[in-house]
Amino acid sequence: MENAPLRCNGEIHLNKTMIISELQEQVVSEFSLFDDWMDKYNYLIEMGRSIPIIDENYKTDQYVITGCQSKVWLHADYRDGKIFFSADSDAIITKGIVNLLIRVLSGHTPDEILIADMDFIEKIGLREHLSPTRSNGLTSMVKQMKLYALAFKTKSEV
Amino acid sequence: MGTFPVNKIREDFPILHQMVYGRPLVYFDNAASTQKPVQVIRAISGYYETDNCNIHRGVHFLSQRATEAYEETRKVVQRFINAASSSEIIFTKGTTESINLVASSFGKQYISSGDEVLISIMEHHSNIVPWQQMCLERGAKVKFIPIHENGELDMGSFRKMLNEKTKLVAITHVSNVLGTINPVKEIIAYAHTYGIPVLVDGAQSIPHLGADMHDLDCDFYCFSGHKMYAPMGIGVLYGKEKFLEALPPYQSGGEMIKEVHTDRTTFNELPFKFEAGTPNVEGVYGLHAAIGYLQGLGMENIRNYEHEILKYATDKLTAMGDIHIIGTAEEKTSLISFLIGTIHPYDAGVIIDKMGIAVRTGHHCAMPLIEWYKIPATVRASFAFYNTVEEIDSLVEAIIRVKQMFG
Repeated sequence: MENAPLRCNGEIHLNKTMIISELQEQVVSEFSLFDDWMDKYNYLIEMGRSIPIIDENYKTDQYVITGCQSKVWLHADYRDGKIFFSADSDAIITKGIVNLLIRVLSGHTPDEILIADMDFIEKIGLREHLSPTRSNGLTSMVKQMKLYALAFKTKSEV
Repeated sequence: MGTFPVNKIREDFPILHQMVYGRPLVYFDNAASTQKPVQVIRAISGYYETDNCNIHRGVHFLSQRATEAYEETRKVVQRFINAASSSEIIFTKGTTESINLVASSFGKQYISSGDEVLISIMEHHSNIVPWQQMCLERGAKVKFIPIHENGELDMGSFRKMLNEKTKLVAITHVSNVLGTINPVKEIIAYAHTYGIPVLVDGAQSIPHLGADMHDLDCDFYCFSGHKMYAPMGIGVLYGKEKFLEALPPYQSGGEMIKEVHTDRTTFNELPFKFEAGTPNVEGVYGLHAAIGYLQGLGMENIRNYEHEILKYATDKLTAMGDIHIIGTAEEKTSLISFLIGTIHPYDAGVIIDKMGIAVRTGHHCAMPLIEWYKIPATVRASFAFYNTVEEIDSLVEAIIRVKQMFG
């Protein structure tokens, strides 16, 4: 996986040239390279290891996302009109999934995040592998990220 | 594995013969719900094909036949658990409803401010929350018997915790997370010396050990059909007649009444007093067939085979080195909760599932116990008499795969 087309790290989040839908397409095309579910999960595990890690101070109950089988903490910073997410989880696959969402949504404006269509999750064949409880967790993560966007939008308009 | 005809038994369970993710299904989530043999499935469809109608109400042929079958099952249950009378057998939705019934009715009758209900730290939420809520309403308190590190109940503490404020002991016979078989007979005998009644949650024990009310001498016993090869939505509350007579009704409506006038109602006799509304008749037909199936195999044979399976699995997992088994009591039913090194149970569960093996990951509706162990969750493999050693070997392979992926 050393030569994976895109590593999910800080630089990618700062990539100003790509809009959310392009980033989603990129993820979809990456996942289409994997024939086998095991490779998909291996990739998620790798993404889990390179997550923009949340500051330890935010790993509190206040930042926990409910509805997940494992613990997920999510935090958002608002800089220059853009939102930057950081997160952590005690499970690596969950971390990979959060990082996938971060990679697509981080570094964008609240408006862009709010209108983002998250269909790409279906396209990469992830949701079909997630039981309702697990997919509830995924839904909660997306919802929480959009809530952050709404909060920052409201705040910036005051 | 002895002479137990596991392959022949597997033929009775259609659901087991399928592929998931391109692999043969291995079903190790039996503590959550067991699969149903064709005998049970046929009993349910047979009910709808020939007997369906409302019971206890009509004089017509179908109603009489279904009523007879329903009441016959009550006697089948009575004999299966060796209860003194069939009027001590109340049909419910399951263990949860059985416990809620007792918590509500017993609470109203016997619990007041300052009283205590004694349960254990290894209880399923269904044997915690109903007591907690009832005690909150009545100003009473729930106390938790602690356990030892190996998952055995701390009997010394239990004896010390009983006092003049204790109005009821509610304890699981078998832990759904640890597999520990609690010494309920000893607990009941001890509590009775102080005149304290005992409720036993038999949901996890009855499919493995059967149950004997005369021998246990418990005052209430609860179990679910779906964990003993019967359908979902049917369960039983056994209660000693003297208590059931004394308790007020739980729900009210049709069937549980003797006479209704615009200004008053008198209640029906036992067991109907506690069976308001149209019951789950198909479930009762299924339960009848499931008990027949278990008796056909023989509870002793089931217990012996499952014990062999448990030993095989425990030895295999222990030999892997970095498997931490949660719950190593001397007396266990056939389930193993474990952690693989430092790998999160959720991660392990996702991969094990992709290998076609159904295990449960999480807190197993026993959060106080998981907290007590200071772990995030466990992976639980729970075995039934239709599981094989080959399936356990598949689990070992899946764990090796998990370790490769997360190691």
